[in-house]
Amino acid sequence: MIKDPSSAIVSQLAITIDGQQTTFTEGETIYQVATRLKKNIPTLCYDDRLDAFGACRLCVVEVEGIRNPVASCTTKANDGMVVKTAPPKIEKMRKTLLEMVASENRQIDVNPLRGLASQELSTLVNKYGARNDRFKGAKSGTSNLKDENPFILRDYEQCISCYRCVRVCAEQEGDYAITVANRGFHTQITTEFDSDLRDSDCTFCGQCIQTCPTGALADKKAIRAETLSEPVKKTRTVCPYCAVGCSIDLMTKGDKIVGAQPAMDGPANKGALCIKGQFTYDFIQHEDRLRKPLIKQADGTFKEVEWDEALKKAAEGFAKAKAKYGRHSIYGIASGRAPHEAAYSMQKFIRAGFGSHHIDNCSRA
Amino acid sequence: MAGLAAQIGRGAMSNPLADMDKPDTIFAIGTNMTECHPVAATGLKKALTKGAKLVVADPRKTRLAELAHLHLPIRVGSDVALLLAMAHVIVRDGLADEQFIAERCADYEEFQKHLKEFTPEWASEICEVPAADIETAGKLYGSAKLGAIYYTLGITEHICGVDNVQSLCNLALLTGNLGKEGTGINPMRGQNNIQGAGDCGAVPANYPGFQPVASAESHEKFKAAYQQPDMDLGNPMTKVTALNLCGAAENGIHAMLINGENTVVTDPDKNHCEKALKSLDHLVVVDIFLTETAQMADIVFPASAWGETDGVQANTERRVQRLRKAVPSYGDSKPDWWIIAGIAKELGIPGFEFESAKDVFNELCSLSPIYKGLNWDNIGDGVYHWPVPEEGHPGTPRLHENEFKDGMRGKFKVIGYRDPAEVIDDDYPVWLTTGRRLQAYHTRTQTGRASGIDYLLSEETLEIHPKDAEDWGLIDGTMAKMASRRGEIELKVETTTRSPRGTVFTSFSFADTNVNILTGSGYDPITQTAELKVCPVRIRPS
Repeated sequence: MIKDPSSAIVSQLAITIDGQQTTFTEGETIYQVATRLKKNIPTLCYDDRLDAFGACRLCVVEVEGIRNPVASCTTKANDGMVVKTAPPKIEKMRKTLLEMVASENRQIDVNPLRGLASQELSTLVNKYGARNDRFKGAKSGTSNLKDENPFILRDYEQCISCYRCVRVCAEQEGDYAITVANRGFHTQITTEFDSDLRDSDCTFCGQCIQTCPTGALADKKAIRAETLSEPVKKTRTVCPYCAVGCSIDLMTKGDKIVGAQPAMDGPANKGALCIKGQFTYDFIQHEDRLRKPLIKQADGTFKEVEWDEALKKAAEGFAKAKAKYGRHSIYGIASGRAPHEAAYSMQKFIRAGFGSHHIDNCSRA
Repeated sequence: MAGLAAQIGRGAMSNPLADMDKPDTIFAIGTNMTECHPVAATGLKKALTKGAKLVVADPRKTRLAELAHLHLPIRVGSDVALLLAMAHVIVRDGLADEQFIAERCADYEEFQKHLKEFTPEWASEICEVPAADIETAGKLYGSAKLGAIYYTLGITEHICGVDNVQSLCNLALLTGNLGKEGTGINPMRGQNNIQGAGDCGAVPANYPGFQPVASAESHEKFKAAYQQPDMDLGNPMTKVTALNLCGAAENGIHAMLINGENTVVTDPDKNHCEKALKSLDHLVVVDIFLTETAQMADIVFPASAWGETDGVQANTERRVQRLRKAVPSYGDSKPDWWIIAGIAKELGIPGFEFESAKDVFNELCSLSPIYKGLNWDNIGDGVYHWPVPEEGHPGTPRLHENEFKDGMRGKFKVIGYRDPAEVIDDDYPVWLTTGRRLQAYHTRTQTGRASGIDYLLSEETLEIHPKDAEDWGLIDGTMAKMASRRGEIELKVETTTRSPRGTVFTSFSFADTNVNILTGSGYDPITQTAELKVCPVRIRPS
């Protein structure tokens, strides 16, 4: 059947944002469409992996024909809608909202090592000039510093009750380990029975740390490096543990590895990590690492030697075995942990060197 | 992997990880996914919130089992019986996808006939779960619109590992759950680059890209590429056979190169393994730590670790991704490929003039049909799933769409149930099964050296059902001795209802409670995978 060529155009939904007309698909929110147009609508409770929540109200926009501003993250785009994302009235509201948030946080500026999203609040407070003590009074959140777990700092005095941690734990991880107690100024992020995280359903995946917009939840291992003066550098790589292949940004200061953060655009993990990818990178620079080639001595101890000597000696042993017992007396075991280049070289060593298929890896164990 | 390849042409995960939240019915068997592949498990949890049904077959009440609509706590090693009976129910109730079978499969009639006698009642006796639950499992998977199977080493580490895999593949063929989004037969690979090790040809039966060593065509190709006139046509040898032949007078293995494997801790039957390595004239180990295996070597080379080298790895969904160097190599350590090439050059083996990881990877791509369209420069964003047969090809996230490899038909396999290599008796009356824990990886050479992990997991325990512990005179937190036909170890008792009655569990992560002193009762005759998941033991208070 030939479709009416004009039908596709007729059925397209259109919205006007800051004077710019664009199309959208049914179900998209104003925020999603505006973000596609590179509109920088401020948010604090938003994480695009989670259901929109509409709590922080910073994303409010003006919609023609609607008297009050609407939260763009929870309002669906409608055909013919005319939206203004940053008129002066809305910007003023945002500043007031940020002044109120800032008023109850003991600390606005936190070290970026605390977590991936930890600079969101301070960035917005600076942008809107909201650091002015306009409001004084009650403060919410009580830090839980008695939880001695070595991974997650629970500095709730910086908490702004955006619930991103609770939501990421439930919606993204499916663990439901943390919850909200009380409301208003008495709001407290906690666990069932107010226990230490170790005694809850927490798996220490670190997702709550990475989505926290104020650094209230922070990476305890990474912040040990706060005092190092070098800038933080991030290197995109892939986790070395299981075969899911999560993308990670490895954080370094100078030549020291100081932490890991999930890559939100990682093709296999889309921002997720587990305890191993998040927290167990520090074997790399552990003092038990081998520094030099070792050759075993007659008494059974190892002696550190230079590369030339060790390579020669290793080759000699294989040559001797081949001469004495034949080319089929040599075997190679490759690793499912090392990269392609290691596995490829191992099999080539055996096949090109000895013409046999005496090569395997640990997938059988 | 060999099992799947024989039936549907490719021994790899059929569907991408992105499909995990899409099935309406999930059958997870022999996979402790929330602990072993936690990030993948989040996909399944999302499917559940969208209303998917989850059937879990696992002797233990894992976290995944707790999330399941139906948990089948089958006796260890009884998988084939369960899968036969599920297939029986699907055929009996007319739930088979006749059109898919007619268009894409072979050997169905024989399989259909074979199934007749394997009723849920028959399987119930072997699996020790109610026949009604087996019925329900068969009906749930059989009537799924989008049914997906996920499994791990709980399926493969048996003497009947290939039978288990092929029985699962029979179910997928029977219901047409292949080649579509949100379906498939999905082995979750264990290690970061175990898929890659196979892709690269570090397996006895295949050259890089799964080109069989027994094929005359591949033989000629690699004889020329590797300048090796004496290349064997066929004649592969697995590691298991090699370890058996170490030091042997006839056809013996006398020299070995081991790269990054702690063989004596991870492999079954530790004593046998140690004896084998000791009998070698020459053992060279390349690793980042002086592991238990490295300590046995004549020469140990310090390798650069993850984070210190550039490289490539392939994940469980055949996605080829770049590893990047973030810090300089520790001490004088060097990349694995550089070390291996160094030994090769000393021996005068041609073709090891690599100057970078890029050179090595690009050579692999040039020789592997499934990597032909890949190169160092186009894999940066990790968007490609192999096969990528030519440059410009978008890659293959989903296998078996429209046809199986090279137009082959999906083969039903006629499989019968057999007992594990060892079964419980009066001397060894308890089933032991082994696995991993969330906070530890393998032999803890890495996670054991990460600060903070000890706070959550400082020692290994033996998980025993509280009633069994009571019957056997064991108290939670005290020590017990556990013996198999191969040895004895001592470890701390943890009473938990995660273990079913009569079956105990421990991980293989701690060298001081090395459970692989006990394991090693038998091997799959085709793949030579060890039966690490089943070992009869006896347990007594220390």
